[in-house]
Formats: sequence, structure tokens, C-alpha cells
Amino acid sequence: MSALHVLRAGPQALVTDRGRPGNAHLGVPPSGALDGPAYELANRLAGNAPGAAALELLGGGLRLRARGNQVVAVTGAPAPVRLAGRAVGSHTALYLPDGAELDVGAPVGGLRVYLAVAGGLDLPAALGSRSTDLLSGLGPAPLSDGDELGVGPRPPTLPAYGPVPFSLPVGPLRLRVRLGPRADWFDDPRSALTGPRWTVTPDGNRIGVRLDGPPPRRHAGTRDRELPSEGMVTGSVQAPPDGPPVVFLADHPTTGGYPVIAVVEPADLPGLAQAVPGTSVRFTVLG
Amino acid sequence: MDTGMDTVARPCGNRALLFETGSADAVAAIVAAVRAADLPEVTELVPAARTVLVEVAPGSGLDRVRAAARTADPAAGRAGTGVLHTIGVDYDGADLQLVADTAGIGTDEVVALHSGAEYTVDFCGFAPGFGYLSGLPEPLRQPRLESSRTAVPAGSVGVADVYSCVYPRRSPGGWRLIGRTDVVLFDPAAERPALFTPGDRVRFEPR
Repeated sequence: MSALHVLRAGPQALVTDRGRPGNAHLGVPPSGALDGPAYELANRLAGNAPGAAALELLGGGLRLRARGNQVVAVTGAPAPVRLAGRAVGSHTALYLPDGAELDVGAPVGGLRVYLAVAGGLDLPAALGSRSTDLLSGLGPAPLSDGDELGVGPRPPTLPAYGPVPFSLPVGPLRLRVRLGPRADWFDDPRSALTGPRWTVTPDGNRIGVRLDGPPPRRHAGTRDRELPSEGMVTGSVQAPPDGPPVVFLADHPTTGGYPVIAVVEPADLPGLAQAVPGTSVRFTVLG
Repeated sequence: MDTGMDTVARPCGNRALLFETGSADAVAAIVAAVRAADLPEVTELVPAARTVLVEVAPGSGLDRVRAAARTADPAAGRAGTGVLHTIGVDYDGADLQLVADTAGIGTDEVVALHSGAEYTVDFCGFAPGFGYLSGLPEPLRQPRLESSRTAVPAGSVGVADVYSCVYPRRSPGGWRLIGRTDVVLFDPAAERPALFTPGDRVRFEPR
């Protein structure tokens, strides 16, 4: 059987793809790869059709052995990659002969590493997606040592020519936001977001990233008001009454009861998903 | 924006609008109107207690969504439109006595009231397949528990505020529990994974 045998899963290895959008009315989060461009690139480098199931590794640390000859590609946060003990490159197609072992180390910048295998991971889908959804427990369980991951038939396409360039973020992370839907609950929401320098806290996960900084203040008219639960989009900046804001990522609850002061531009979310704890963040308000 | 029925459209980024209305009927009317417009760009349509979130695909505008919402007619009503689910319940929940005491009635009357009503799935959220069922008789409209349980068993039937619910799976929860059912609320492998869709109707039947 064509497969990848997981010798060491590392801190958190999850199956991922483009997620299961379109099910929020059933209470199902969109889920899917947090750094979408890195995930798509891994599939392209491995020669896969878009949407093939791959791995999202939080903090790297994966060790696996090929069953049958495999082609893989490692992208996302730059991490040392070793094939049969020898250092090789990331962001390029790698040929793993049957029995070869591949090691992905801890990233030297960023958080999330993606690993695609030619043929894609052959695992059962839930609602059309193989993504692990940590909030609702849909999709395959997080990887464990000893897991055997089936690999689908090799695509007829050749792996893309590589390696491709990648960049590491330097300096504060800039997040563009649009105010609303509940910006009118706060005193001067624009200044409340753009004034402070925010910091990414260590307790973030696939559901959301919590930012350290001064909580946006509600004005007198809304201070004691409760908001009935309402739908939330990915990227919503939710501001609870007694704490700093949370930016919701792909596994976010589909509805929430705290006011959303602004929404982060979708194109800026992959950068936030790669922001290590302590990263400083500046908001820019669009429009 | 005024849709002519006290509805405000609030922006959520540039790909979604949150329509805020005054009633659950207005929510249902907007959902029906947007659905009837059959806009291919709509990717999510999420009713909630007083709002409807509509999200469109990247690159699509929101003008057609606004126009569709403007055609909503809350007077059209929503009774009898959805699938009717009948759910068998063992009324032996941990808070049955508390609910009876709070209402000032006996536990058998709680059962009679709860199973005598017809509910509407107003919206889903909190967990996959968790529906907020409106139509709860007045005496059973009660606050949540002072502190929520860390683990409510799957199939628990609860009440809180103006809603009843069934917990699709084991999860934390603060609703007052009056019974339990074996009905599977959410099966990701099924063709229709969630039993409840907003607009469906529900009746509970004592076992």
C-alpha cells in the first residue's frame, strides 16, 4: 500500500485542505488550512490537483517513513528538512524512495509548516472535506505516533519545477481591517484599534488569536448591553467586555455573542496564522 | 440601509453583510428572500436570533444581496414550511425538578407543556447540528444554570431563555436539562449531516 508511516507526529500535526465552507448555518466552521497560500503551494509542488488533503504541522517536529515511492513537498514556515539524515531543501518537490525517512524540524520563523504528498492523503471526508476541525471535532483526529496515512494514486502531472522563493516576515505584522459590524458599540473604534501596539499571545490556536493590549472601550449606551448571538465571518475581531480582542481563524464558532469591532482582510490572515507569540501587530483601517 | 422593515445592513469586511432585524419572523423573511434570489455568489447564509449573515465569494459584490434582502416580506409568515421532526424523549433530566419548581408546576406538567408545543428551528450554532428551537411555552422560559456543566451528555434535551435544544454531542453546556433522546442530531458521514436546518419544525414525544 502507498502510505506515509508517522514515526513522530510532533507538537500538532493535522490533516488539512480547503475546508468545508457553506455549512455555517448548520453550526459547522469553515476550517481548512490557515496559511492557504502555503498549503496550495505544497500541493502544486507535489503535482497535486488543488484541494488535495495535506498536513499542517504546528511547530514542525514530524518524522515519517515512506511506504512505496513518494513525492512530497514541504512549504510554509521555513523549517529544516532532512531526508535519510541529509539536509535537503523545503519549498521544492522531494523524492522519497520506499522506506526513506523524512524529518521536518522546528521552523526558524513562523509557526505552521505544510507537507503535501503526490496523490494526496487518502482519508475519509466529512462534509466534503478532510480538514481536522479542532472546535467541533470533525475530520481526522490529530496525528499520533504510529499512524499510517494512506496516499491516493499519483497524479498524472509532474511535480512543479522548484525550488520556489519564500520570505520571512520582519518587523511588526500589519493587519488591514474594515470597521464593523459592531464598531458603533465602542468609543472611537478607529483609534482603539490603530493607536495601541498589540502583541500576539501564546494562547492562540486554530479557533483564534488573542492579542494583548488595551481592551477597546464600549460607550455608555452599550456598556451593559448583551448582544444576542450572531453569525461571524473568519477574520472577525471580537472584543469581549473585559479583555483584549480575539481575531477568529478558520475553526471559529459560527456564531458569537460578543461585539465584533472590525474584520481583518482575508489576504492578511495567513500572516497572522504564522505569527509567533510575542509578534507585535499594528492595525490599519481601510475605508 | 433601510429595507423597509426596520432592518439595518452592517458590513462585515467587504464580503459579508449582517442584516439586523427586530424579530425572528423578520430574520426568517430575509433568509427566505435571499434564498429565493438564488444568487450563485452567496457562500454562507447564517440566520441567528435577530440577524442574518450573508457572505459572498471573493471578488463578488454585495449589491444583489442587498437588493434581495429588500424584497423580504415578514408578513408572509413561516409556519409549516420546514420538515417536521418528531423526537422521542425520556423526560428524566437532571434539572427537571428545578424547571418544575421555577415554573411553580409539577414535573408531569413540564412534560405535558414541553411535548405539547411545536417548535421551529430558528438557527443553528454553538456546535454542529445544535439548533435553537423557538416555541417554548411561557412557564418553561427560564434562565441558564448559574454555572454551566463541563460535560453534558449527547442527546440531552434542555431549555434556556425562549428556546429548547438537543445537544448533538457531549459538550459543555449551561441549559437546564429536562430529558434525553437517542436521535442522532449530527452525523458527518451522512448525506445530510445535520438533522436540523433553520426553518424545520420539531415536536417532542414522551417515551
